[in-house]
Amino acid sequence: MAERRAQRVKAEEELPVYLARPGTADQVPRQKRGGLFCSVEDAFDSKTIDFDALSVGQRGSRTPRTVKREAGQGETGSPAGAESPAGNDAHKVQICSSGGKETLQNLEDEKSDRLLIKGGRIVNDDQSFHADIYMEDGLIKQIGDNLIVPGGVKTIEANGKMVIPGGIDIHTHFQMPYRGTTTVDDFAQGSKAALAGGTTMIVDHVIPEPGSSLLEAYDQWRQWADEKACCDYSLHVDVTHWDDSVKQELDNLIKEKGVNSFQVYMAYKDYYQMSNSELYEVFTFLAERGGIAQIHAENGEIIAKEQGRMLQMGITGPEGHVLSRPEELEAEAVFRAVTIASQTNCPLYVTRVMSKSAADIISQARKKGNVVFGEPITASLGTDGTHYWSKNWAKAASFVTSPPLSPDPTTPDYLNTLLASGDLSVTGSAHCTFSVAQKAIGKDDFTQIPEGVNGVEERMVLIWDKAVTTGKMDENMFVAVTSTNAAKILNLYPRKGRIAVGSDADLVIWDTDAVRTITAKTHNSAAEYNVFEGMELRGAPLVVICQGKIVLEDGNLHVTCGVGRFIPCPPFPDFAYKRIKARKQLAVLRAVPRGMYDGPVSEFSMSRGGTPSASARTSPTKQPVRNLHQSGFSLAGPPTPEDAPIRPPGRRIVVPPGGRSNITSLS
Amino acid sequence: EVPPFFHSVGSDSPNRPRQKFCGVFCPVEGSSEAKTLDFDALSACRGRSAAGGRVIDRQSDISQPRKVEIRESTGKEALQNLDDSQSDRLLIKGAKIVNDDQSFYADIYMEDGVIKQIGENLIVPGGVKTIDAHGRMLLPGGIDVHTRFQMPDRGMTAADDFYQGTKAALAGGTTMIIDHVVPEPGVSLMSAFEQWREWADGKSCCDYSLHVDITEWHKGIQEEMETLVKDHGVNSFLVYLAYKDIFQLTDAQVYEVFSVIRDLGAIAQVHAENGDIVAEEQRRILEQGITGPEGHVLSHPEEVEAEAVNRAVTVANQTNCPLYVTKVMSKSAADVIAQARKKGTVVYGEPITASLGTDGSHYWSKNWAKAAAFVTSPPLSPDPATPDYLNSLLSCGDLQVTGSAHCPFNTAQRAVGKDDFTLIPEGVNGTEERMSIIWDKCVVTGKMDENQFVAVTSTNAAKIFNLYPRKGRIAVGSDADLVLWDPDVTKIISAKSHNSTVEYNIFEGLEVRGGPLVVISQGKIVLEEGTLHATEGSGRFVARKPFPDYVYKRIKARSRLAELRGVPRGLYDGPVCEVSVTPKTMTPVSSAKTSPAKQPSQPVRNLHQSGFSLSGHTGAQIDDNVPRRNTQRIVAPPGGRANITSLG
Repeated sequence: MAERRAQRVKAEEELPVYLARPGTADQVPRQKRGGLFCSVEDAFDSKTIDFDALSVGQRGSRTPRTVKREAGQGETGSPAGAESPAGNDAHKVQICSSGGKETLQNLEDEKSDRLLIKGGRIVNDDQSFHADIYMEDGLIKQIGDNLIVPGGVKTIEANGKMVIPGGIDIHTHFQMPYRGTTTVDDFAQGSKAALAGGTTMIVDHVIPEPGSSLLEAYDQWRQWADEKACCDYSLHVDVTHWDDSVKQELDNLIKEKGVNSFQVYMAYKDYYQMSNSELYEVFTFLAERGGIAQIHAENGEIIAKEQGRMLQMGITGPEGHVLSRPEELEAEAVFRAVTIASQTNCPLYVTRVMSKSAADIISQARKKGNVVFGEPITASLGTDGTHYWSKNWAKAASFVTSPPLSPDPTTPDYLNTLLASGDLSVTGSAHCTFSVAQKAIGKDDFTQIPEGVNGVEERMVLIWDKAVTTGKMDENMFVAVTSTNAAKILNLYPRKGRIAVGSDADLVIWDTDAVRTITAKTHNSAAEYNVFEGMELRGAPLVVICQGKIVLEDGNLHVTCGVGRFIPCPPFPDFAYKRIKARKQLAVLRAVPRGMYDGPVSEFSMSRGGTPSASARTSPTKQPVRNLHQSGFSLAGPPTPEDAPIRPPGRRIVVPPGGRSNITSLS
Repeated sequence: EVPPFFHSVGSDSPNRPRQKFCGVFCPVEGSSEAKTLDFDALSACRGRSAAGGRVIDRQSDISQPRKVEIRESTGKEALQNLDDSQSDRLLIKGAKIVNDDQSFYADIYMEDGVIKQIGENLIVPGGVKTIDAHGRMLLPGGIDVHTRFQMPDRGMTAADDFYQGTKAALAGGTTMIIDHVVPEPGVSLMSAFEQWREWADGKSCCDYSLHVDITEWHKGIQEEMETLVKDHGVNSFLVYLAYKDIFQLTDAQVYEVFSVIRDLGAIAQVHAENGDIVAEEQRRILEQGITGPEGHVLSHPEEVEAEAVNRAVTVANQTNCPLYVTKVMSKSAADVIAQARKKGTVVYGEPITASLGTDGSHYWSKNWAKAAAFVTSPPLSPDPATPDYLNSLLSCGDLQVTGSAHCPFNTAQRAVGKDDFTLIPEGVNGTEERMSIIWDKCVVTGKMDENQFVAVTSTNAAKIFNLYPRKGRIAVGSDADLVLWDPDVTKIISAKSHNSTVEYNIFEGLEVRGGPLVVISQGKIVLEEGTLHATEGSGRFVARKPFPDYVYKRIKARSRLAELRGVPRGLYDGPVCEVSVTPKTMTPVSSAKTSPAKQPSQPVRNLHQSGFSLSGHTGAQIDDNVPRRNTQRIVAPPGGRANITSLG
């Protein structure tokens, strides 16, 4: 240690890093990637208030990396029990357990889970910098160079590799019941796959049967997940029906159960689907309570019609699924949801953005200032819907999900671009896998095929390959869309989604050079098919640390079922609600002060269907106003004589604040 | 002698009647010379204009005050044609005839309400009433595609009946109206249609046709629609996405209606507003204590209109049905239509006089009656830039036709909603002002030329509703519905002088340039020198045939392309999960229970289990690791064997 520190100091004296850098063609690892979102050098020096560890990191960043790497290599030989360094193998990190002597001093080492990552490049959504990270008890305790850590700490030598916040998969359906069966990936299998892919937190959807209690369903899901989940999790609750008891339950879920996001369905007619009025009420309710309205956006009414038409035409295979759910219906529903959300001033979150047109509506709405977030999923970012026409029924059926994958092969590229530009905000997987036998329920009728694709394991890698290696986004944006934005929307930031002192020790050491081929043979899901079969992807998690424990190293998973904790999400996430609150203050409507109308009034009947004015009968304020008017109470003096005959005696014109207005004349 | 074209070059005299208006749509000089096939009158006119003699005569007239001369036949001629007044022979001399494609100078001769000859040196019988147009523009009479005269609303009736309404239309240069039949839910379409026919036949002063509104949906309505299309000359039906619990249809119903309309060859019209949201907003705004007309516009925000237009476009696309959006009132709704057209949807947009001429800022007027006079749905947009924007889209062709949605109520009727804006009967005036306002806002400002003006006020409407070329064009054989237009007359619109019976005119005080000088309907002069000679009951019902070419050529081509095919596959022979059928754990897949093809799936399964095979004995299923009954075989699909359970 001392030797290394001395070397570093010496190097610092030789040349400042800024001068050392220009003109060199070597890799300059301490230098940030020059992406669009890259911040100005030293821009954070005196601005960051709540994040004191950063200043340590900044100091460290002055050290030229080359020196450090030498130091690191010098060090690798010394600790006992370490694997051979293999300097030519750039893909390895070294994990060194503490030596025997140190163990004596720290007897409870194994339990306290102290961990040090040395020489990693920390990547947050706003910046990247080189620093060491020290974790204890599942929390990040220190970040910086020259950390003073207790002895007997397990050390990971990152060799300049990127350390990113663990991914948050904001949309999963593990262990989802479906007509008496359950999805093949339960919380154990699913969260294992998540960890294998670099995702250290998942957010699952609770789907209560229409008519049943939301709280009961929530408890059921909590029970399943607490037993089995290998990583931290949180829950969305789907609102599948709407009445006053649901309102109370929602209130309870928000205030006491740590749920802040609720999904409503515009599809699945006669089952989950809600009418526009119900959506309006749900959105209004959520906007008051600080929840996020999630939406499954498809026009269920038209889909039902189209499904009938397809079946009538004799199309019963999986291609009928995509034919009966054209992209336009998705875009239409998104448009409608955006309109309702804008009317109710509620933050909107569109789950599963599967098509270009839906994504376009979202980006247009954002340009108009709506608070709306779009969630493309692994499948829509990675593959397209041409496989629905596969001759292999089982393969075609494995792609069935709603909204369907777009048959337009340019869709994934387009969605990746919008994700990179920030028009789409977060990524989920909508991981909901069924075995071929389960899918075969719909072998003679595509409407019966259970819906869902895999993707929780592939999500991070796929986005890295499609968006970062192609230069669409930089690594900071990658962190934003895979983790940070999700944490912000769920109001878990900065506990999750950021590498900072005090944050949870959910980290991934990312290997940008690894190349892997995705196949159902090696994936961690229990499903027989993988929708990304055969895809060769660059980039992979090298080490995954969840709750301060190493769960993936050298390709080996060490997961423990049931260690996952439920993370409650508080309401009113700043990320969405700061804007909503500001708008609420502006949105106060005022009536025009006018004199009472005193002219003749036609007779009219309120018979059935008479009026084209909607909801006239139920208008709450009608009665009181009229009574007041008929009471003959007046603030003004005697009535003006000229129009007296038309007016029944006893009525007066009230003088309006802005002066008397002559009501019946032309103005 | 100098030819007339050189004559005016360089002179900036404002009155050059032989010079065409130089709009973008103006055809290249002489371009129609050898191209016009069906219109032989044109060549006659071309021939004459080269001679040029008359131009000079005309120019001497120009200095005189703007008047047309209408000459009765002299006594001697009358002797030869005793029945002159009955046969309604009429000759217009020296007019610039403006159609939607070109303008040219010619004389025009009408007899029995039909244009008989166009050209110069016409051979006409003696004793003909002659109008000397002095080079002024002669346009096809306007067609107001959207009126609601005499519309019943909760026991009241719109203030203008068919007589008053059509009189106002004629005064504004509109010679045909298309009214909406609004059957109360529960009343049959046929009886409502007959009722409207009766009203209009008795009172209408100009030709009319009828749209029928679909206010509810069941099997019987479909049959009635069929009858209306086949036997009664109706080819357009309006559905409502607004007016919750009264007229509103669900998306699924709209889908069905559109499918029926497409099969019948009619046009689907839509009143586009999201009624569910409007109802919620109305409730919220009343709760806040806003009861005046401003609550109307606050509860019908522009976005809700755009949303409904977008939805209607989507449904129309799915059903391959032509869509016609009535009352385009806001920028965002117009944008949705323009975008949909760019994507290839067959959709037409109809802005109305009110949305083209005024905005919704008056809803905040201190004068309740004035504010209430503007109440219509969708409401006028409070954004004052809206009229200009809509006029621009109308000029560039993104919006195609103009109506008035003329449905005024007098103040006493409006006062029904004095304490609750949701009760105010909806509708504004505009049938009289329509032509003049569009001329003033579009042609005078240079947004469109006179040909495009004819297109948006008359021709496009005639094409969409299959009245072309009988209406909407000046051609031999067309109806003699003509307007002699004076582009220079200015007029201030006011309720004091308008022909409607209501106390308020929403365009009050607007000064417009351009107006009709002479209006000819059915070959009779109904307006001259500001005097109306309308005859109650003279209007004929004009039947419209289905499948208008203008609309359905594209629809037909698309329906041929839209055939879908399934993928030929081998039957799935792997294990199938058992499904519980308790309603509690039903499938999220919609309409599973009612799917019509679910029953036919039974025979397929039987075939599968029968063990019959086309492929003979197969040993190819290596991958088949699930225990399978011996009798099961995989049928070879036409495209070769598909390996069903392996990774593909």
